[in-house]
Amino acid sequence: MQESKKYWKGIEELENTPEFAKAAHNEFAEFLPVKETYGSDAAEAEVAPRRDFLKLLGFGLAAATLASCEAPVRKAIPYLNKPEEIEPGIANWYASTYFEGGDYNSVLVKTREGRPIKLEGNPLSGVTKGGLSAKAQASVLSLYDTNRLTAPMMNGKATDWKKVDSEIMSRLTGATGKVVVLSHTIISPTTKKAIAEFGGKFGSFEHVVYDANSASGLLKANDGTVPGYDFSKAKVILSVAADFLGTWISPVEYAKQYIQTRKITKENSDMSRHYQFETNLSLTGSNADVRVAIKPSEEALVVAAIYNKVVGGLNAPAYSNKQLDKAIADLMAARGNALVVAGANDQAVQTMVRAINQALGAEGTTINTNAPSYVRQGDDEQMVRFVREMNGGGIGAVIFYGTNPVYDHPLSADVEAGMKKVGLTISLADRVNETAKLANFICPDHNYLESWNDYMPKKGYMSLAQPTISPLFRTRQAQESLLKWAGNNTSYYDYLKANWAGITGGNAGWDKVVHDGVVENVTLNQEVKTYAPMTTAAVGVALNKSQKAGIELKIYEKVGIGQGGIEANNPWLQELPDPVTKATWDNYVTIPRSMSVDKGIAQNDLVKITAANGKSITLPALIQPGQAKDTVGIAIGYGRKLAGKVADNVGENVYPLATVADNGISYNTTVTIEKAGGEREIAQTQTHHTIMGRIVVQESNLNQYKKDPASVTERITIATPDGPKKPSAVSLWQDYEYKDHHWGMVIDLNSCIGCGSCVVGCNVENNVAVVGKQEVLNRREMHWMRIDRYYSSDATREDGFTAMEEPSDNPTVIFQPMLCQHCNHAPCETVCPVLATTHSTEGLNQMTYNRCVGTRYCANNCPYKVRRFNWFSYPDNEKFTDVNYAQTSDLGRMVLNPDVTVRARGVMEKCSMCVQRIQLGKLEAKKDKRRPVDGEIVTACAQSCPTNAIIFGDMKDPNSQIRKVMEREQGERAFTVLEEINTQPNITYLTKIRNLA
Amino acid sequence: MISCTLRMKYKPLFSFLIALFLTFTAYAQGGEQANVGKEGVTAGAVEAQAGGADAALASAGDALFKNNCASCHALDEEVVGPALRGITQKRPEAWLISWIRNSSKMVQSGDKEAVAIFNQYNKQQMPSFAFSDDEIKSILAYIKTAPAGGSTEGGPGAEGGAGVAQATSGDAGEVGKYLDLLLVILVVVLIVMVVTLLIIATVLKNYLNKNRQLAPEDEELVNPKADYMSVLKTPVVKGLAITIFILALLNLSWNKAMSIGIQQNYQPKQPIAFSHKLHAGDHKIDCNYCHTSVYKSKNANIPSANICMNCHSQIKKESPEIKKIYAALENNRPIQWVRIHNLPDLAYFNHSQHTKVGGVECQTCHGPIETMDVVYQYSPLTMGWCINCHRETPLNTQGNAYYDNLVKLHEGQDSKAPFTVVSNGGAECSKCHY
Repeated sequence: MQESKKYWKGIEELENTPEFAKAAHNEFAEFLPVKETYGSDAAEAEVAPRRDFLKLLGFGLAAATLASCEAPVRKAIPYLNKPEEIEPGIANWYASTYFEGGDYNSVLVKTREGRPIKLEGNPLSGVTKGGLSAKAQASVLSLYDTNRLTAPMMNGKATDWKKVDSEIMSRLTGATGKVVVLSHTIISPTTKKAIAEFGGKFGSFEHVVYDANSASGLLKANDGTVPGYDFSKAKVILSVAADFLGTWISPVEYAKQYIQTRKITKENSDMSRHYQFETNLSLTGSNADVRVAIKPSEEALVVAAIYNKVVGGLNAPAYSNKQLDKAIADLMAARGNALVVAGANDQAVQTMVRAINQALGAEGTTINTNAPSYVRQGDDEQMVRFVREMNGGGIGAVIFYGTNPVYDHPLSADVEAGMKKVGLTISLADRVNETAKLANFICPDHNYLESWNDYMPKKGYMSLAQPTISPLFRTRQAQESLLKWAGNNTSYYDYLKANWAGITGGNAGWDKVVHDGVVENVTLNQEVKTYAPMTTAAVGVALNKSQKAGIELKIYEKVGIGQGGIEANNPWLQELPDPVTKATWDNYVTIPRSMSVDKGIAQNDLVKITAANGKSITLPALIQPGQAKDTVGIAIGYGRKLAGKVADNVGENVYPLATVADNGISYNTTVTIEKAGGEREIAQTQTHHTIMGRIVVQESNLNQYKKDPASVTERITIATPDGPKKPSAVSLWQDYEYKDHHWGMVIDLNSCIGCGSCVVGCNVENNVAVVGKQEVLNRREMHWMRIDRYYSSDATREDGFTAMEEPSDNPTVIFQPMLCQHCNHAPCETVCPVLATTHSTEGLNQMTYNRCVGTRYCANNCPYKVRRFNWFSYPDNEKFTDVNYAQTSDLGRMVLNPDVTVRARGVMEKCSMCVQRIQLGKLEAKKDKRRPVDGEIVTACAQSCPTNAIIFGDMKDPNSQIRKVMEREQGERAFTVLEEINTQPNITYLTKIRNLA
Repeated sequence: MISCTLRMKYKPLFSFLIALFLTFTAYAQGGEQANVGKEGVTAGAVEAQAGGADAALASAGDALFKNNCASCHALDEEVVGPALRGITQKRPEAWLISWIRNSSKMVQSGDKEAVAIFNQYNKQQMPSFAFSDDEIKSILAYIKTAPAGGSTEGGPGAEGGAGVAQATSGDAGEVGKYLDLLLVILVVVLIVMVVTLLIIATVLKNYLNKNRQLAPEDEELVNPKADYMSVLKTPVVKGLAITIFILALLNLSWNKAMSIGIQQNYQPKQPIAFSHKLHAGDHKIDCNYCHTSVYKSKNANIPSANICMNCHSQIKKESPEIKKIYAALENNRPIQWVRIHNLPDLAYFNHSQHTKVGGVECQTCHGPIETMDVVYQYSPLTMGWCINCHRETPLNTQGNAYYDNLVKLHEGQDSKAPFTVVSNGGAECSKCHY
């Protein structure tokens, strides 16, 4: 029975370690000193010396005296010439595009008084359809990164553009050897044109493209493009190590499609079935109906086994697996609506996948052959050849455009050595990164929010980026630099507009595209590299070569940090807990539980991983349920040395461990693992707030749902003299009467994929402080919204865990966004001695910071553990200067939402249900003399969600979506968390339904 | 010894005298202000009569002049058009009437003087005014009789207002000085008198005590036995005094403490002597003309310099205050006004909510802004003040479909209480604090 399924948040809870048991009872780690004494003598720290007390007392008196003096003179400085479209206090929105590390998102930029402060998805985009990834959400802060360069640099010294230009132009003309522009994937047709124009000036020129997390193998097997996958048409999805919801190719686009087949109602209970074969427990694997843990070397065998069943005729080692057989049968049955994807960067595997999809009739349905994707164009082979050429001395000049190969390429040492042999090296990076440091010139590019650009992520889909702020520093758009050095002095804006003339026609057409940000069914010159296809025989040879023995390493990408580019120095992303491990501020070695037992490696123990290529890395171990046996996983994107104050020396760089062959890079390798001695604590948020075995999440399976929708959710009744009753039937409380609005939220656990986009969206909207690794370890993170990740296995509560041999071998995972439940009978409200938390006439649980005296009674009484206490003055405590630069530095503060208070020390805070947005929406309606329209007022989290798992609205409005969903799901999937304590939350969850095989 | 006791004994008396002096001065000053005010009025009136013209006619002309002519003309100063004082002597009335009605027609018809003026002022046309003869005559009458440097000075501009203020306070100063002097002399004479009297009394008393055997009645008179001072020394009186003192002190510190951070009547000096009285009061320029976002946004923005330039690219170009705006524009340095109304960061306030939705007048919170030469903070801007208004103010629900259902519900409750802001949740924390 699924009702009695046991959930646990981590190995600690599963084993109920003494530390865990102790922490579970202490919501606020009181034993932790507030003073900065970590690592020093603890006994000394506990004494609060009398002198300190007197000092504080004296200071307090002085402060009180000072406070009573005259208020300081404040200035009001208006514009000299007010731009017509800017009204102080009113937000302006501009359409633009985010494309970083291969992650494409069409965005709307919210600006206040000329400062971009928030990004939201552009609903007009046919690619991302209003969704936005966590990385894109956070990217607005990168604009105000304190580590950005403020002027161009020549030989390590700041200088001006005139000098740089004349020097570079003279040295370029005198360059002996090939001139190379090295970039990641560029999907901008006009940028490519500019690069081509630049290259045309030289006798020998090459544009080398590589991707940090490469998909060369996929491109080679698919005529140089990424197939136009359409998960929304798929009834059976089989993914072999492709984390398509989290990090693979275009996760937001795929998540939008994927979720269309996962939303169910009684009337329409068709649901896709999703099989995942993978090594590390990824975000996609967590959402799969059936997940099978395999070693990286088995990926090719799994694909080959499918190939042999579906297509046949391949000489491959035999591989069989009960779940695989079932999956293949499902795939064949769903012919025409089946889709197989594979994450391996291996032409042989991808060639087989293409053939399988063709045989399954995917092309035309689940693969749109008319709209292939261009978001990956990196060619590993070309890059490896280029690195060799550099070391051979054949390169005259290199321009590093948006790339940092000294950090993010496995051959970083060769790149570093090769750069010294190149006559002229120019980096267009926005900061002195690992590569730029070694370059002769750094000509900083604008941030994308300061730039004009165009993008073509898919055939027929185009979008524009427009500047939303004047350049903050003396930077210059990279394309303009290239054009200038090619002797073309046109601004990039004119260049771009001229290139688009064929599409937009006149100014009116151009204005419309700039306004919408996107335009569809048009293309601009997009040349795609083509590769020789691989024969079946060659595939067979490659397959038989790929046998490996021993422990295998799978290098993976994290949802938040990505490939470690500009995202790395973004504190919001560093503090965003990994969806699965819930770890922040570090990378680590994920090891299966069996390895932990066999080798005696405990959580947080430092282990040394030595790869087959001799390179080694030392990181703490994290015991990961679901990790395939005899494998380990390490995330890229960490170990930056020159990214900025936030990212420097966080974690270790795993890129050098990847296997480089002539024809490509493999992110798997065999390794040896040994204990390195010592430990480094991993800052996980997962066990900070525990559920103590209560029913918090609910799930069921599709068959049960189809049989009886009312049976999928467990209901709790309480005993009364008149027999068992619903908890809400018995109440000590008077109910509130809501006349005007009654705000509420429905969260569909079936739709939530756990990506964390809402968490970042909430941080940006509500000025949530970043606290850094040590404070996360102290269990003092400030996120108003968290995504709880529960593991579960078929062990039932009655059985205890003993019935299971190893529950953590391959657990199922369930995500649950948890935020203030805005209870109608809120336990926090009754215990506040100063009425700082009260109930509004619209159903909101209000938190008034200026009334709060910090007793923390409310948090102790909150059953959902969603209240956060300001232990420090995060905006001005120098301890947080680096990690919390969005609040501590003048530059960073430009990102703050001016409508939301930055909280002071000693007050409690929590989700306000974005009351500022509610108030604004109501005001707009009042100004127009009408009622608010459903969908007009949306919280930041609901807005951010790429899978529309969160529905926010007015439950009093009979036409609202939330009302309709609640009426439909009442008695079926709808449940409130901890119903038995009769808090009557305004947040309703919908039971997760799995399509179990 | 004697002098010591003397001082002790008569200390209350001295204090009384000093207090008396101070009150008197204060009263005198108050009176003096009132006097000046009156004088100002009569002076104008006298002058108007002296002009010999019909005062009523002139005052009608005053209004017409302000509403129609003052944006381009002043009496003693060239603004857009020429200064007008003495124009009635310079040109015949008939000529003036036809010029005011339609100047361009006159220019076209080739009137020599008209063409000359037209050319002199850069061929800028004066608009036509459809006035009746009487109206034009009244304007001319006003021009003839208008006082020099009076409040009716033509061109709008802070300098004009300030000039007037200076002039009046200058007059006040003259009179005030005499009064002050007179008072000082008076008080000095009084003090001298009292001191002399006291000395005489003491000397007489000492003489009587030393040299004369006094009759009991006389003894009682000279050296009264009933010691009034001893009454003051009783514990009851002492306790009472101490209690009153402590209460007063507490009251004072309470009031002081409660006024911390409250800047009511805060009236800082602004970098440019802009007068709301002149712009909003005399010229009746709508608040929204300059504070463009007051009905749209949370901020009622401080106008940007380009809004000033809408008029001041033509008007009062020579004023040193206006030149500051030109300088700001030329140097590309924004004007740094001193912010008067400061709400703490923890309070969210939205102008449009109050102006557009609530229909609240600007003056409700900002006071008689149209009479302020220099703006000051009229309201305390405390939370109590906000809440109080929310409690008392009925919601402006008229014709707003947002409130229709709420009003029905409220009326259905059949309570006589008005549907105020608070009854719609306007006193809840999260309405202003988030």
